[in-house]
Order: sequence, then structure tokens, then C-alpha cells
Amino acid sequence: MTGHDDLPAAARARQLEERLIAAGLTSDDEIDAFLTGLYTRAAPVNGARMAARAWSDPRYRDLLLSDGNAAAAEQGFDDLSYQLRVVANTENVHNVIVCTLCSCYPVSLLGPSPGWYKSFAYRSRTVREPRAVLGEFGVTLPDTVQISVWDSTSEARYMVLPLRPAGTGGLAAEELAALVTRNGLIGTALV
Amino acid sequence: MSYDAGARVRVRTGDPDKHTRVPRYVRGQTGEVVAILGRWPLPDDSARGITPPRIETCYAIRFSAADLWGSGDHTVTVDLWESYLDGP
Repeated sequence: MTGHDDLPAAARARQLEERLIAAGLTSDDEIDAFLTGLYTRAAPVNGARMAARAWSDPRYRDLLLSDGNAAAAEQGFDDLSYQLRVVANTENVHNVIVCTLCSCYPVSLLGPSPGWYKSFAYRSRTVREPRAVLGEFGVTLPDTVQISVWDSTSEARYMVLPLRPAGTGGLAAEELAALVTRNGLIGTALV
Repeated sequence: MSYDAGARVRVRTGDPDKHTRVPRYVRGQTGEVVAILGRWPLPDDSARGITPPRIETCYAIRFSAADLWGSGDHTVTVDLWESYLDGP
């Protein structure tokens, strides 16, 4: 198996780190501490809990959609390094997130991004033919549902609030959160 | 110049030599302001080492697929700094 460390990109990233360290801008310890802090907390369950709470708490839903950072703070994420924008799916609109310039995405709430999210195919095709891309993820939407694509080109990071599935009225908060997938929060799954 | 939600704006054309955050596919296109985001350093200035960089409002601008590609019934919303935009 080929490890991450063998990739050409890893060597380039390390060269960049070494230049930054040589310039006195950071250190190996600082980089390690940052990555450890990020990846021990960053997971899709964070975004899933926010979505599930919005399904059952109208006040929280309003906050999530109007001030994502304030809503994240209520869930313990008061240190996001970006402006969080949450876009809600409705019966008539399905949202999907992409970053055509690189691979921006709310890592702290969704966990490390999937490989396909960074692929040229996903980044170039999602803005051009999202219905076909979603079909390849197994998401077939009626023609009456408009697709709204969000290209993450700024300091804002986007997350989708999926529609609450039918028949989930009796579920507790953690059971609801367990229904929400990372793809659902990107828009490449219905939930 | 600043814009209100609902305003029609046109993305500037041009192909800078260095870093910019204007995707090529919206250059010269007209869209609608759907949200006013934060005020952030202009990435073009930051990437060129210009200090201090211009701090500008960033807008979420919605384009129709039919305008961008000649076909398609979806929309694409792109975040663009004020310097990237002209009036209608």
C-alpha cells in the first residue's frame, strides 16, 4: 500500500514547511500541535449534531441559517477560523457545495475532506452539470427540484442542512444525528 | 462601490498574472447579489505581499447556469470581493 508520505504532494508540502520554518514563521512543534488539535476534534458528527438539532429546534434552525458561527458556538465550536454559512435544502431546492479553486470546506465540522471532493472531476463538473454528478452519487432529484451550487471561493465555508427524513418524529437527538452523513452535509447525499 | 442584496453586478474581465480568487468561468458574467459576507483582505493583495492589503466586502453572487454555460437549469453562487465587480 502506498502511504500518504510517498505522494509527490507530501514532498512538496514538506519543502514548503521547511522554507517557512527556515524563515522563522513557524516550527515543527507548532505545525504538529495545530494538526493534532484539528484532527482530534474535526469529524462529521459535529456538523451532523448541528443539523439534527436544527431539525427539532426551530430557534436553533433560524440561528444556524442566519449566523452559522453563533450556532456553532452553541455546540462548543466557538473558534472557527472561517465564516460558517449554512444553506438549507427544501422541497424545491437542493444545495451542493464545491470549491473550484482548491478544496475549501468546513473541516472542523465535517472532518477531513474526502478525496473526491478535491478531485478535478468533482470540482469542474459540479458547477457545470450538478444533476449528472449527483446521479453518480446515487442522488436522483425530480426535475421540479432546483439545484443550487455554492462555490467556496472566499473566507466563508459552506455546509448543507439536509431535509429531515420522513418517519423520524420519535427519534432522540443522537439518533437523529446518526442519520446525517458527511455527504449529506456537502449535498452529495440527501441526508 | 458597495452593493445591496438583489443588485445585478457584472464580474470584471481580465486575467491577472498572479493569484486571484475570481474563477475563470464567471469573468464577464452578470449575476445577482444574494448575500453580503464579511470584510476580508483582498487575496490578490495578500498573495503579492502588499501590506496592508485592501480590506473589502465580499459578496455571494448567484449566476444562472444558462448564462454561464448556455444550458442547464441550476444556479451557481460564487463569493466575490468588491474589486472583482462592476455595476450592471
